[in-house]
Amino acid sequence: MIEFRLPSLGADMDKGTLLEWRVQPGDNVKKGDVVAVIDTTKAAIDVECWHDGRVEALLIEPGDEVPVGTVMAVLREAGETAEQLRARIDALRAVPTVPTSRVTPVAGVPRRVAVSPAARKRAAELGIDPAELTGTGTDGAITLADVEAAATKVHAPGRAEVMRQTIAAAMSRSKREIPHYYLAEDVPLAAATAFLAEHNSTRSVTERLLLAPLLLQAVARALQRYPDFNGFFRDGAFIRGIGIHVGVAITLRNGGLVAPALRDVPNKDLDTLNRELLDLVQRARAGSLKASELSDATITVTSLGEQGVRSVFPIIYPPQVAIVGFGRVLEQPWVIDGVVRPVPLVTASLGADHRTSDGHRGGLFLAAVRELLQRPQQLAQASP
Amino acid sequence: MTARTTTYREALRAAHREALERDARVFIMGEDVGKYGGSYAVTKGFFDEFGPERIRDTPLSELAFVGIGVGAALGGQRPIVEIMTVNFSLLALDQIVNTAATVRHMSGGQFSVPIVIRMATGAGRQLAAQHSHSLEVWYAHVPGIRVLAPATLEDARGMLWPALEDPDPVVMFEHAQLYNLEGELADPAPVVDIERAAVRRRGRDLSVVTYGGSLPRVNEAVNALAQQGIDAEVIDLRVLRPLDWDTIVASVRKTHRVLVVDEGWRTCSLAAEIITGLIERAFYDLDAPPARVCSEEVPMPYPKHLEDAALPMPPKIVAAACRVCGTAA
Repeated sequence: MIEFRLPSLGADMDKGTLLEWRVQPGDNVKKGDVVAVIDTTKAAIDVECWHDGRVEALLIEPGDEVPVGTVMAVLREAGETAEQLRARIDALRAVPTVPTSRVTPVAGVPRRVAVSPAARKRAAELGIDPAELTGTGTDGAITLADVEAAATKVHAPGRAEVMRQTIAAAMSRSKREIPHYYLAEDVPLAAATAFLAEHNSTRSVTERLLLAPLLLQAVARALQRYPDFNGFFRDGAFIRGIGIHVGVAITLRNGGLVAPALRDVPNKDLDTLNRELLDLVQRARAGSLKASELSDATITVTSLGEQGVRSVFPIIYPPQVAIVGFGRVLEQPWVIDGVVRPVPLVTASLGADHRTSDGHRGGLFLAAVRELLQRPQQLAQASP
Repeated sequence: MTARTTTYREALRAAHREALERDARVFIMGEDVGKYGGSYAVTKGFFDEFGPERIRDTPLSELAFVGIGVGAALGGQRPIVEIMTVNFSLLALDQIVNTAATVRHMSGGQFSVPIVIRMATGAGRQLAAQHSHSLEVWYAHVPGIRVLAPATLEDARGMLWPALEDPDPVVMFEHAQLYNLEGELADPAPVVDIERAAVRRRGRDLSVVTYGGSLPRVNEAVNALAQQGIDAEVIDLRVLRPLDWDTIVASVRKTHRVLVVDEGWRTCSLAAEIITGLIERAFYDLDAPPARVCSEEVPMPYPKHLEDAALPMPPKIVAAACRVCGTAA
């Protein structure tokens, strides 16, 4: 039996709302199939299932908001009978699974927020989510007065505001818990820009390689040498990431930020990375990311791009242990073979978790990024 | 129009006198209603004034004299039958429930039973467990009869005549503690209906629904609540069957909270019916769980302190109202 639970789609997610089931009881599901669409504070996410099985029971309904870890569906594995699953399904159904508590559930069994019928009706009329309110009624129930008080506030927080709050929570946690150290290095990009110019000379505008995939690949290859920057700090210990999945910080048009992952970066050639990166940015902005993309990143890369400034001191996205930043590419005087010459430079920076690595090791990692970018032809090929 | 000070008992007496004078078919029958003047002195002096034909003492047999009343009503008279207390009326349940309430239905509308059956109800006078119960809901349960609970001087004065005009059986409950209720009554007395509940006090925070002998206790409690800033509306049901849902629902739609105060026992009480009916009709208007204050589920105790403890007295009403309103008592 497989219990399909609401996955955490990022360290800042503690609950999600089911928008849609993509499967029905009786459907056969294969590993990687999208089974549900979940609304998080950030976006509507397609959630995949990572097991093969047959959908035996769907335990929540569209519109239900449940905490991370809630069993949403039960799948029957090959060789099992419906009878074997019945007791467990009945037990799951007996527990109220529609809690949406604003506070963290204390004892594991979440309780439905008490909203008086009149308050619920009025909230629906006003477009207010009563679960976001603090109740003042009997036993903390949300009353008509609570809803109307909320309605008199200037506006209910929109998605952008909610996202701001979740970013605030994640970044506060990062700065509170993670002892960051920072390193920076100027990286000459003469070879890289020359490589891109040559590579793109025969291509149409839409097929041109961008600098970003090259930078991502340099980070990914450096991580192969220094895997202690690739992974998570959990329960007081570093856990090495399985695979190198590079989270790409993407600014959204309505404000806010997501950092979905490009999976298995070292195994991809630049054209593939280029295509996948464009696709990722487009889908992030359209709000159609997959769950795995939001939760899988083992490191994050943030690029300020051409509108940005020279360097960035990035903050780690917990529970990751490192983040690499790239500033704006600038033509700068640079001494080569005793001669000052104009060279395109980018400042690469590293924010790393001092609990899991030290500055010396971080320096070696960042230097590796620099060296890899001097040999762009090697980065162009998928890692053997 | 002038007003004069009177009592609930005097108002009832005046109503009976008026009925006897207006309609020759009206006669009064019951235990000790004649020479003794009635256990609660409602008919005091009538025996001499109207004579034994119209003010008839009966043997101690509720089944028999209520049955005679039903027969007289079928025969075209307008009997007023007085039963000492609701506890004793159980002996006459067969005549009321099986006969009076059913004849119109079973005769296909050919016969009706225009009888008025009055009885005292309720506790508070240390009459113990066989004379003190509030069994109004037993009658309110039965289709075919109208059940009244006058709780004010106006209703004591005014309900009898429309009850007599009703072509079907009417059961009227007079709470034993109300007989000595004093107050002003307009002269001539206002005409009242036997259809609608009455809003006795306007308020915006909470609807307190009650009837009969609980009304004065509710009034006392509501005054205390006002001191605490809770503005309660008081609904006097007046008619226990059929219930006036329009008035009850309109009040709750306004206040969004309801407390029912009912001297009957809690289980299967009128309070239970009112709360259920409100949930059916006004669920989405409720802003707090409905609540009720009823009598404790024991035979009514004799000692004063235990009797008081068993009844829905003002402090219990205040506490329950505060809970419904989400404030500390």
